[in-house]
Amino acid sequence: MPVEIKNLTHIYSQGSPFEFQALDDINITIEDGSFIGIIGHTGSGKSTLIQHLNGLLNPTSGTVIVDGMDIFAQKKSELIQLRHRIGLVFQYPEHQLFEETVHKDVAFGPKNQGLTEEEVDDRVRNSIKMVGLDYDEVKDKSPFELSGGQMRRVAIAGVLAMEPSVLILDEPTAGLDPRGRDEILAQIKTMHQKNKNTVILVSHSMEDIGKLVEKILVMNEGKIVYFDTPNRVFTEIETLEKIGLAVPEVTYLMRRLKKKYPEIREDIFTVEAAKNEILRVIRG
Amino acid sequence: MTMETEKKMIEVQNVRFVYPHNNEEENVIALDGVDFHINKGEFVGIIGHNGSGKSTLAKLFNAIIFPTQGDVWVNGFNTKDQEHLWDIRQTAGMVFQNPDNQLVATIVEDDVAFGPENLGVPPLEIRTRVDQALAIVEMQAYAHQKPHQLSGGQKQRIAIAGILAMEPECIIFDEPTAMLDPSGRREVMTTIRKLNQDKNMTVIHITHYMSEIIGADRIIVLDKGKIVMEGTPETIFKNVQALKKIGLDVPPMTELAYELRNEGINIRDNILSIDEMVEALCQ
Ligand SMILES: Nc1ncnc2c1ncn2[C@@H]1O[C@H](COP(=O)(O)OP(=O)(O)OP(=O)(O)O)[C@@H](O)[C@H]1O
Ligand SMILES: Nc1ncnc2c1ncn2[C@@H]1O[C@H](COP(=O)(O)OP(=O)(O)OP(=O)(O)O)[C@@H](O)[C@H]1O
Ligand SMILES: [Mg+2]
Ligand SMILES: [Mg+2]
Repeated sequence: MPVEIKNLTHIYSQGSPFEFQALDDINITIEDGSFIGIIGHTGSGKSTLIQHLNGLLNPTSGTVIVDGMDIFAQKKSELIQLRHRIGLVFQYPEHQLFEETVHKDVAFGPKNQGLTEEEVDDRVRNSIKMVGLDYDEVKDKSPFELSGGQMRRVAIAGVLAMEPSVLILDEPTAGLDPRGRDEILAQIKTMHQKNKNTVILVSHSMEDIGKLVEKILVMNEGKIVYFDTPNRVFTEIETLEKIGLAVPEVTYLMRRLKKKYPEIREDIFTVEAAKNEILRVIRG
Repeated sequence: MTMETEKKMIEVQNVRFVYPHNNEEENVIALDGVDFHINKGEFVGIIGHNGSGKSTLAKLFNAIIFPTQGDVWVNGFNTKDQEHLWDIRQTAGMVFQNPDNQLVATIVEDDVAFGPENLGVPPLEIRTRVDQALAIVEMQAYAHQKPHQLSGGQKQRIAIAGILAMEPECIIFDEPTAMLDPSGRREVMTTIRKLNQDKNMTVIHITHYMSEIIGADRIIVLDKGKIVMEGTPETIFKNVQALKKIGLDVPPMTELAYELRNEGINIRDNILSIDEMVEALCQ
């Protein structure tokens, strides 16, 4: 489903001494079936923005249109219907998990979608496997008796089990071990390619963003700085650094190597690409 | 105290830790026969897959939980010794994995002051420490905000400031940078290194970001509740295959060096940083 964000402004605690404008007139269209990344300094408004996309937060002004429907003009029941197709993984999994067992927690979303018990069970097993956990081992455990990274995996599984048309992930890899991070992101990518769903990934890992997304939305102080391809965004190193961001380590390396190898390309964001480019210039 | 124990900040003696379950068969053995020590002034990185026992270990250091078997000593005090609970917590401060578990007050600056207040630090001194700590994490502007109204990364910064203000001899960081943006991560790591080098603070840094511990004195690798490797960053990260096998990784530059070596390029296998890589490729 396409997502259109129109003149979206959000002011927290308006009228109180804590008043804070977190979003300032945001306008973008996220195309159906695209995979986009959102990056930005701590407090730049990323979580605030994505919580509007499934109606968790109400805009101060402006609106969000998902699949042609203005989600804030809908009646409550219609909004709930729509929400079932939009999956959001929270920044802190503790804010998302609440059932007594891992099985119940992951089953919660698909159950609400009205699937049969069998279908729900299938989805639960599948998505727990997708996040690299052993179903039999964890199904009866309380999510709160898990390690931080295991908890995060359960939270991700719960949203994947909904097979949402719009999948929104708020720093899903924070706290995951390296293999878990790579495998879960690969699963999300595979699901995206298969189901052609829209994926929105908020991340502080420039490496993950560089590896996965088609377009990057760069935020700063509630405003959009760029919304463009990784190729274009990651060449703006100075601007990115000025607003607290960076580019992948290998991109910095390429820049440094330019002195010795002037022909080396700078639009390199993964170790794999760096290897190939270095071999190319060394071997001539 | 003997000379030996005076040098040691933390000693873990043959520790086993079990999270009990109503049904005994479902007990979780989180740590199994762990034995090592950390010297005063050391900077030690701890890595391991999700569920390998890192946070359990951290909670044992801070006397939040106690070994099922074996002993943990902090600055010469056995953590089981209730009498010294205070000395232990005063010596070893901990930044929790989830800042929500740590933020207690309703105003940011009160939260940061909470630790030093409990330590009986005089009010004027507290003021200075709070201001300094908030400055280090770049959160002065938020001093009068409510902690629960902050963004994820802002909360993490406040949690770090709260421990810095206590000025403990030893800090245990449990994934302190997980929610920070690149510049925040760099600043926090610079601060940690400075405290270690200038103030001789003992630092234990748990992380999933391998790049953060390339400057550590020593790295301890946990796998399923056991220590499986221990050594300097150079010696640990050389084992690219072995680390990947247990769900871990190496810093990007080490991985790149490894890949290039596999292609027949003759460069060192213990490269950790961009500087080292540039040097190796441009000689
Ligand atoms: N309930 C609230 N009341 C007042 N201000 C708030 C509230 N919630 C968030 N803010 C402020 O709004 C700004 C944007 O917060 P948001 O959570 O969207 O940031 P973010 O980009 O997700 O940051 P991070 O990377 O740290 O998660 C922050 O400065 C934050 O302090
Ligand atoms: N409160 C608890 N009750 C029961 N089991 C627990 C509890 N907390 C953790 N465990 C289990 O103990 C083991 C070790 O957990 P620990 O939190 O120490 O892992 P960790 O290395 O910190 O992992 P992560 O990288 O995910 O934070 C895991 O198998 C976990 O499921
Ligand atoms: Mg956020
Ligand atoms: Mg942990």
